[in-house]
Amino acid sequence: MLGYYLDLALRSLKRNKVLTALMVLAIAVGIGASMTTLTVMQLLSGDPLPGRSAHIYYPQLDPETGADVRKAPPDMLDYITAHDLWQSGKADRQAMVMDGTIKVQPELAGQVPFMATLVGTTSDFFPMFGVPFRYGGSWTAADGAAAARQVVISDVLNQRLFGGANSVGRTIVLNGASVQVVGVLDHWRPRPRFYLLAGARNSGGDTSFYYGKSHDVFLPVSTGLDINAGNFGWYTCWAKPDRMDLQHAPCESVALWVQLDTPAKAAAYRRYLDAYDAQQRELGRLTHPANTRMMSLQAWLAYQNVVPGDVKLQTWLAFGFLLVCLFNTVGLLLAKFLRRGGEIGVRRALGATRHAIFIQCLTEAGVIGLLGGIGGLLLTLLGLALVRRQPVEYADIVALNVPMFLFTLMLAVVAALLAGALPALRASRIPPALQLKTL
Amino acid sequence: MQIQPILAALRHHRTAAFLIGMEIALACAILCNALFMITSRLDMMHVDSGVDESRLVTVWLEGVDDASATDLAARLRAGFAGLAGVDSVGIGNAVPFTQRTGEMGFRLVADDMHYNQQGHFYVGGPQFAATLGLKLASGRWFRPDEYGAISEFLPRSPSAMVDAAYAKKLWPGQDPLGKMVYSGTDGYRVIGTYASLVRPDPYPQAQHNTLLLAGTPGKGLASVYVLRTTPEQAARVWNDARALVTRIAPTVVIDPIHSGPMTDLRRAYFAADRAMAGMLVGVIAALLLVTALGIVGLASFWVAQRRKQIGVRRALGATRGDILHYFQTENFLIVTGGIALGMLLAFGLNLFLMKHYELPRLPLSYLPVGAIALWLLGQLAVLGPALRAAAVPPVVATRSV
Repeated sequence: MLGYYLDLALRSLKRNKVLTALMVLAIAVGIGASMTTLTVMQLLSGDPLPGRSAHIYYPQLDPETGADVRKAPPDMLDYITAHDLWQSGKADRQAMVMDGTIKVQPELAGQVPFMATLVGTTSDFFPMFGVPFRYGGSWTAADGAAAARQVVISDVLNQRLFGGANSVGRTIVLNGASVQVVGVLDHWRPRPRFYLLAGARNSGGDTSFYYGKSHDVFLPVSTGLDINAGNFGWYTCWAKPDRMDLQHAPCESVALWVQLDTPAKAAAYRRYLDAYDAQQRELGRLTHPANTRMMSLQAWLAYQNVVPGDVKLQTWLAFGFLLVCLFNTVGLLLAKFLRRGGEIGVRRALGATRHAIFIQCLTEAGVIGLLGGIGGLLLTLLGLALVRRQPVEYADIVALNVPMFLFTLMLAVVAALLAGALPALRASRIPPALQLKTL
Repeated sequence: MQIQPILAALRHHRTAAFLIGMEIALACAILCNALFMITSRLDMMHVDSGVDESRLVTVWLEGVDDASATDLAARLRAGFAGLAGVDSVGIGNAVPFTQRTGEMGFRLVADDMHYNQQGHFYVGGPQFAATLGLKLASGRWFRPDEYGAISEFLPRSPSAMVDAAYAKKLWPGQDPLGKMVYSGTDGYRVIGTYASLVRPDPYPQAQHNTLLLAGTPGKGLASVYVLRTTPEQAARVWNDARALVTRIAPTVVIDPIHSGPMTDLRRAYFAADRAMAGMLVGVIAALLLVTALGIVGLASFWVAQRRKQIGVRRALGATRGDILHYFQTENFLIVTGGIALGMLLAFGLNLFLMKHYELPRLPLSYLPVGAIALWLLGQLAVLGPALRAAAVPPVVATRSV
């Protein structure tokens, strides 16, 4: 029977080509717009550490001593607090993270120096975040403690400096200091670059920066303080620092990440954080009212509002647009089905049930949806190509994925069926006698 | 033209009329808000920088070594000044359309330790203000003896200048000259205001909250150079300046994102806004197109469906104009209903966006713009089918049956 309905649907669609094209186009445009934005949205709001993120936490407290007291603890920790918590080793894994830029002096004569993005961290960073290595591996905890001149570099930097060869054991010159490469990362592009998100929530939704490439150089915090003293980024300072001394400055510049494998351990660490905060208050180093917090990675991403505001806005806009397209299609289908009253009347008089008429009309709507979906898919590809040309940091990673492709088709058909349901219902309830009379 | 019979006829097509009305309402809501967003972006893109952009070329250096900063600054300044076409060279901590380097909280009262104000502190060497082309609004420029060496971000200098409009906000109704600004234990006395200087990273909530301090080039003030030339020579000066840096300061690195002719920096700075505005224009165009096509489709159906009634009306003496007006009025009624609902939706949508995306309130003036656009669109879309209806000959009434 479905074959017959399909045949009928195609005949009916062919009868009024302009109108059919119009309905297909409306669905295609709506689907294309909403799918493009949804693909980008899904890409940017996904879990940056699938399978791991549930055990990763971000402890915070208020280390400031100025007159102004913040409602929420600042987005980063001061060096002393971060170092104390890190050194306590109470978590399964813990890593301090700070960032900056550093001058790389290529060894080949004739090559000009360039700036590379830098992360100062501790050895747990790599296993905790599951960072993939192509060659070598991390420095050891002991090397880190000894401020060993060792670095891990990204695949991008390795390509630039060593043409992609295994450079473990080679030396590079950073800010005038020679350091040894102990590891080269494989391609690693977490979305967003979650390990340094401080301040994203204050950027008015302009967060495309946080989806940029990951850092080029990773070195031990201790080594970084030796060779890059004044060049680490400071998130904020609560008083004017007397000297450019990151370890003692009244500034927040370090993020601390901890891995806690069970809820019990997370609860215990939370208590430890409170106890540390209370102890430091007693010692007089901290003066503000207690304000500790420990968010999971996912909660931190949500709190930092890291999905760019423009992307969210576009998604809402696109779905509003899809809704307009659907209203449009419902209206047109309704008019179309009702105009065929005579034909439907004949079928009913010849014994077709209401159910059969309903299915027939829905089949026609479904065919329109399918055609619209295919058109929508093409438009989605076009839309994504346009997004890739946009001046945003994440442009290069935008691509259609297969589940999204299937979702597109399904959404189009379901949308068309929904749009067709009301008109089909109305058509199937046409009293046959009345229609036959006017024929 | 009587409205009564049209309404009566519409009652028979309640669902279709309702659907097209809803479509118009949604389109109206999206249209008003999208238009508003486009104008906000355009306003932002046309922010007044207060400097002679077309005459300026910026060279932003990274990897400047503190120990050699004084020597480097002197050599580069002399080198840049010697380039053909360069009128003057300023050294500062930032220029418009780059990145913030002096964002700081400050206080207006010495003994109140709450940092209630936040602004961008530009620090400039002796030629900085003149090179940028700042205009004096009140007071005076810095005297040579007021320039101080940089000590942790800010210069040891007693004086400050403020953006004139910002000064009005800081000290409403008062003369800003002689007022004090405090950061840490240092106080700066305002000795003058300049007409306008945008912050390096203007965004919708903050644009001209800037101050200017007088710093001696050297340690902490040797990275950002601004060259004044003529608009025609800017591109060439930029190339020459780049070559000069590689020649006389091979150890420093030019920051490619924050260097170049300032017109280019401005364009790059607003690239994302331009792209978003373009996208919004595209959405509006597609939206209007779909809405218009919907109206055309539905009106065509109604015309075809009522062919016989139209014939009867014509046979009973109605003119072509009557038929034409009938469909036009019908469309006007539906669109009006849609617009009425659409205005409410537009405000609802705006409230939602205000809550989630820090957008300002939708000005009322956008509503009539959206309404007129949709009325025009509706009339244009219905014109074709209505003309076809008007062309139905009276003889149709006598055919069939």
